[in-house]
Amino acid sequence: MRHAAAVSGRFSVRQLIARLTPDRWGAATLAVALFVATPLIAVASIALTPAPDIWRHLYDTVLFGYIERTLILIAGLGLGTFILGTGTAWLVTMCRFPGRGLFNWALVLPLAVPTYILAFVFTDQLEYAGNLQVALREIFGWRDRQDYWFPEIRSMGGAITVMTLVLYPYVYLLARAAFLEQSVCVLEVSRTLGKSAWQCFWQVALPLARPAIVVGMTLAMMEALNDFGTVDFFGVKTFTAGIYDVWLNMDNISGAAQLASVLMIFVVVLVVLERMARRGQRYHHTSTKVQALPSYQLRGWRAGLAIAFCALPILLGFVLPASVLTSYAVVFFEVTLNANYLTITLNSILLSASAAVAAVAIGLILAYGLRMGEGPLPRAAVRFASIGYAVPGAVLAIGVIVPMAALDNTIDHFSERVFGISTGLLLSGTVVAILYGYLTRFLALSFGTVEAGLGKVSRNMDGAARTLGASPLRAMSRIHFPLIRTSLLTAGLLVFVDCMKELPITIILRPFGYDTLATFVFQYASDELFEESALGALTIVAAGLIPVVILALTSLRTRPGHANPGGRA
Amino acid sequence: METKKPQIHRMLTAGLAAVAAATAALSSATWAQAADTEVNLYSYRQPFLIKPLLDAFTKESGIKVNVVFAKKGMLEKIKAAGDNSPADAVLTVDIGRLYALKEAGVLQSIKSDVLNKNIPAHFRDPEGMWFGLTARGRVLLLSKDRIKPGSIKSYEDLTKPEFKGKICTRSGKHPYNVALIASMIAHHGEEGAQKWLEGVKANLARKPQGNDRAQAKAIFEGVCDIALSNNYYMGKMMTNEKKPEQKKWAAAVNLTYMNQDGRGNHMNISGAAVTKSAKHKDAAVKLVEFLSSDEAQRIYAEDNHEYPVKPGVPYSKLVQSWGDFKADTLSLEKIAKLRPAASRLVDKVGFDDGPGS
Repeated sequence: MRHAAAVSGRFSVRQLIARLTPDRWGAATLAVALFVATPLIAVASIALTPAPDIWRHLYDTVLFGYIERTLILIAGLGLGTFILGTGTAWLVTMCRFPGRGLFNWALVLPLAVPTYILAFVFTDQLEYAGNLQVALREIFGWRDRQDYWFPEIRSMGGAITVMTLVLYPYVYLLARAAFLEQSVCVLEVSRTLGKSAWQCFWQVALPLARPAIVVGMTLAMMEALNDFGTVDFFGVKTFTAGIYDVWLNMDNISGAAQLASVLMIFVVVLVVLERMARRGQRYHHTSTKVQALPSYQLRGWRAGLAIAFCALPILLGFVLPASVLTSYAVVFFEVTLNANYLTITLNSILLSASAAVAAVAIGLILAYGLRMGEGPLPRAAVRFASIGYAVPGAVLAIGVIVPMAALDNTIDHFSERVFGISTGLLLSGTVVAILYGYLTRFLALSFGTVEAGLGKVSRNMDGAARTLGASPLRAMSRIHFPLIRTSLLTAGLLVFVDCMKELPITIILRPFGYDTLATFVFQYASDELFEESALGALTIVAAGLIPVVILALTSLRTRPGHANPGGRA
Repeated sequence: METKKPQIHRMLTAGLAAVAAATAALSSATWAQAADTEVNLYSYRQPFLIKPLLDAFTKESGIKVNVVFAKKGMLEKIKAAGDNSPADAVLTVDIGRLYALKEAGVLQSIKSDVLNKNIPAHFRDPEGMWFGLTARGRVLLLSKDRIKPGSIKSYEDLTKPEFKGKICTRSGKHPYNVALIASMIAHHGEEGAQKWLEGVKANLARKPQGNDRAQAKAIFEGVCDIALSNNYYMGKMMTNEKKPEQKKWAAAVNLTYMNQDGRGNHMNISGAAVTKSAKHKDAAVKLVEFLSSDEAQRIYAEDNHEYPVKPGVPYSKLVQSWGDFKADTLSLEKIAKLRPAASRLVDKVGFDDGPGS
């Protein structure tokens, strides 16, 4: 029908309006998406305020360097997370080798480690004065730098390595879930047709899991785009470094917002391109044959390689930072304990948990609205709202504070005029501002995960339920909810872990006397005294561990009918 | 649809009632605080560093200080909140932030005899918008073993060909370096400063990286012989009991003031200002006055090894051991104004790409 309207040849405003006007579901979705996207819109509007032109200067000097380094960073990170995430996921789902059961959940652990903490630990250990080089010098009798070569950790390579180690679990989680869900029939058919294990992987399993893997890689890349702390620490001048430079050194917030807007456009283009590349590839598994997956038994050197490949990211991404932090925490625990340790831990947990619940609720509304509603506008609005994940946190915080304070001031003036009472800053002066910032920042996580879960529920079921007379809400509560419960849990846990680690939004938007573990650690790290806050940092990791382990264990059970003692799907 | 109207009305009424109740509760809380028993401070400085100062203030005045610490976004936060901003005073570590706050129009002019008496005129804004509390010098750390004392006497000497491959520094974009480059623009013009920066870049031992202490460490490790640093980091390293290895880094270098035969060593300040929207203005002024007092200035000097701005307050013993020095008296406002130009110069020269790029 739509197609017919488009090719009818006669331009009709009425048709266009009819096409663009969303239905009730669409309108609701649009409204919620716009609410979440408001900080992004605010950033874009700051970009439009008049300010000295920065582009001429940037174009003449550093712009292409920023772009080149940013592209190298996300390409390297994309490749790294793909290899580590997909490789380990395939190994633990499809192969049998010693330690597989342990790796299965332990591979998620690095997700609990904040990138800036891993960056610090890596530098601390790998630089000239670090333990490794000291040991090497002792063993080989080298005296100084001139005697040997060692890679510079404060470099692009260092930044890519550290980010890959912390972010590959996104790809791992999603790829593993995708592999687990693949119908055994598809794989058996390909085996029957004489495909080798490698061919099965490259030609069948990987293409089927592609949407999930791409979502994971996109999340990792967006995280790299918004990062400032880590790249700054490694001396890598990316686009985000440029945004902060224009803002703080050139006193030009409008120019910085212009750069941030370009970054947002870049992300939108990337996402759209990827979606176009797999247009029309919508699969639902129709087979219900989901017995235990066949597996390849690995022996000898193959098993050894598999173990090494799975163990390395866990050792470097989790065991190393956790043990370094522990060793510092033992020495410096008093500093953290004296600083209302319990209060700031509680603040962190409560804030992250509230954000997780709110983000999942919003994600569910949006994903469901898009499924039920029609119209391109709501869809575009949700996609736009999801790019908050790629916007540098401090810029996003300004995007939150500007419209929120304006609303507060409007309410204040109104109430002053009508009731003679000043209400002050009702929202922007409280933790509500932080929560709002988190919602926008992590929508890609919450909405993305819920949407992926909902996408796996065949639309045939919706049709069946509706035909049998169930209302959309009833279909949702009776059919969809039980099926996407795991996705909701996953979304909530991912947002929780990320909020525990979040720094720039929290530090700018928090009210007086309100500290979280992350802001507490930053206070010391920013004065070059990171070690003194080690217990705080360790607590961030520990608090992240619980959800991360739940994540690993629950998604284990997502294979219907398999390893699920609770019942049958 | 018609039937829904009363419901909406009812909801609106209920909502308004709730808002009214909340505002009543809030405003009664505000009245209770009317006597300025507290003051709200936005700080670019880490709370644990300023705690001894604030505790001393509370003890003397009975005024409680609420602090929130951040390094970015404070200005935008104050600006967006307008008259309702809870911030009464701001504490910064660089002239750049003070000037940006003033330019954004969020500060108010303070006329205080105490401040005018305690703080020399070149360390405060002519209009009383901001006040310098401590001064810090951008000095050179020179390898004791490899650089002959007296062979570098000025920032200009850093471009001498004999120092090729010997200089270490943190990023040219760090506020402390931006301010130094801005002062070079003020003294030599943009072209002269560019030539100078190109010369320094050509002499770099490695890509600019790390913080100021990391440069002393690099000299200790033999990576380079000459480093730019703020003076107080030297004091902090020399007295670091928690990480005694830093004492070794400091022991490997001589702290050397620049341009002593000419204009003097480049200086920056940490300072404070009172916001235009301050609800506790009296308390805020009292706080800034206290920070300029003998007691507070002594804490700054002893704990942090910065130079107190108040004449007559002694430097810490350690700082005294580096000898007297001549400070560049170039207007801080001028430095602040030239920061964007300095930052652009760093881009133009490709300073942060390191030597040989």
